[in-house]
Amino acid sequence: MMQDAKLLEVQNIGKTFGGLAALSGVSLSINRGEIYALIGPNGAGKTTLFNVLTGIYKPDSGNFRLEGVEMAGKKPSEMAKSGIARTFQNIRLFSNMSVIENVMVGRHCRTRGGVLGAILGSSRTRAEEKSISEKARHLLDYVGLARHAHMLARNLSYGDQRRLEIARALATEPKLLALDEPAAGMNPLETDSLKSLLETIRRDGITLLLIEHDVKLVMGICDRLAVLNFGKKIAEGEPSQVGSNPLVIEAYLGVS
Amino acid sequence: MDTFLQQLINGIVLGSIYSLVALGYTLVYGIMGLINFAHGDIVMVGAMVTLTVTRLLANSGLPGPLILGIGVLTAIPACMAVGYLVERIAYRPLRNAPRLAPLITAIGVSILLQNLAMMLWGREYLSFPQILPAQTMAVGGASISTIQLVIVASSCIMMAGLSWLIRKTRLGNAMRATAQNPEVATLMGVNVNTIISITFVLGSALAATAGMMVSAYYGIAHYDMGFILGLKAFTAAVLGGIGNIEGAMLGGLLLGVIESMGAGYLGTLTGGIMGSNYQDVFAFFVLILVLVFRPSGLLGERVGERP
Repeated sequence: MMQDAKLLEVQNIGKTFGGLAALSGVSLSINRGEIYALIGPNGAGKTTLFNVLTGIYKPDSGNFRLEGVEMAGKKPSEMAKSGIARTFQNIRLFSNMSVIENVMVGRHCRTRGGVLGAILGSSRTRAEEKSISEKARHLLDYVGLARHAHMLARNLSYGDQRRLEIARALATEPKLLALDEPAAGMNPLETDSLKSLLETIRRDGITLLLIEHDVKLVMGICDRLAVLNFGKKIAEGEPSQVGSNPLVIEAYLGVS
Repeated sequence: MDTFLQQLINGIVLGSIYSLVALGYTLVYGIMGLINFAHGDIVMVGAMVTLTVTRLLANSGLPGPLILGIGVLTAIPACMAVGYLVERIAYRPLRNAPRLAPLITAIGVSILLQNLAMMLWGREYLSFPQILPAQTMAVGGASISTIQLVIVASSCIMMAGLSWLIRKTRLGNAMRATAQNPEVATLMGVNVNTIISITFVLGSALAATAGMMVSAYYGIAHYDMGFILGLKAFTAAVLGGIGNIEGAMLGGLLLGVIESMGAGYLGTLTGGIMGSNYQDVFAFFVLILVLVFRPSGLLGERVGERP
């Protein structure tokens, strides 16, 4: 059977917080290998959708499938195992651990050595520990942080912290990598190099879901995008179509 | 006899026991911000189990160190099981409750364990059979006994092992990640419940070893021996900076030496008014000083680190 072109299918997701509908009836589908962006004004529900997709929130209604497998209601650790990884709008690194250790934690869901193996020093556990640090090193190289491997994460520059979050998420071997405002607070130079990193990641076969306020970056990089406003999807399509949609202009872009 | 050297040795021995127990407090606090006041009673369970096994085997003709080894190898899994069950039954349902609830529960668990032990082992002081040779070695003007050497050596090994586990392994990475940010750790596939269980089980294994040491060293065990010992180890953990692994080790050693020195010199200094029975006062005097002048402890991180 041919692989389904759809990687993620979201159907009618709703989430309410004390009477306020953060998301209502949101449906969208993301194809394999594309860069899909989610835009919308502050409070439109973008991050809430991320939290639903990564299992932090349980949706009140609706469901979503990754490669045809029902995911709604799974725990975050199961989401990671199934192949959804994310970064955060406000960076959340393990700030008192070294850069490489942060990435090594990301390997957790793809490895299984336990207490006994560690204490007894079994050869399988040792081989696994070795593969974890090799993979982590490789990923640091990939995002360009290899020279900072043993620095504490909190001492990295802001842009590098964002890169480290991406490396840590990649360590979980995601099928879908969800990035919450990866360019926030970056200068134009950092944004440019982020853009080429995202393109490299996509080329290596990982589908990207992106929340971003930097309209220039979004329009320049994504294949398709959806616009959320007050918890509802008001438009979806290719950048050129969405950019000319009057609803979107009214709600978000604010230009005529 | 050189009092200073002798008290230093005694202090290090006592301190290495405190360190082992303090690690249990600090591990649990580091991961979930809970002061597990029942931890001292896990030490008591370890002591009681070791003592029971040792008594059973005392006349079996096996060599003493082997009997003690069998004792502690029985006590470790027993304490691990108790630690696991305590977390599972008493603390896990309160994971998201206000902080005071698990704290009070911990005191309740402590009372429960003491009373269960009293029912099982009675309220008398139980004496530890003399199975180790009472040899001593002369060092300078002081002496070291076999059991003292065993205590210091085995706690060094356990502490080195724990440090390595926490700093260098996949499991240790996951534990530290959970301590810093449980929510993000789960997104990396870390099962926080498993990590918390493992933390309790590891702490209990250290407590079991400490229990063996205390009962073999002092030659007695009693159902409420865990209370004062637990408080002192907690003091040691606070002294070193609670939540900090190296801090617990340092705090334990320091507290042991301070107590020992105090006991050794107090009588002379006060002209006999206060004797070595005031030893316990030192631990709590230290606790008060630390809380007043350096609440985050010697190696503690800045307050406000935890979300």
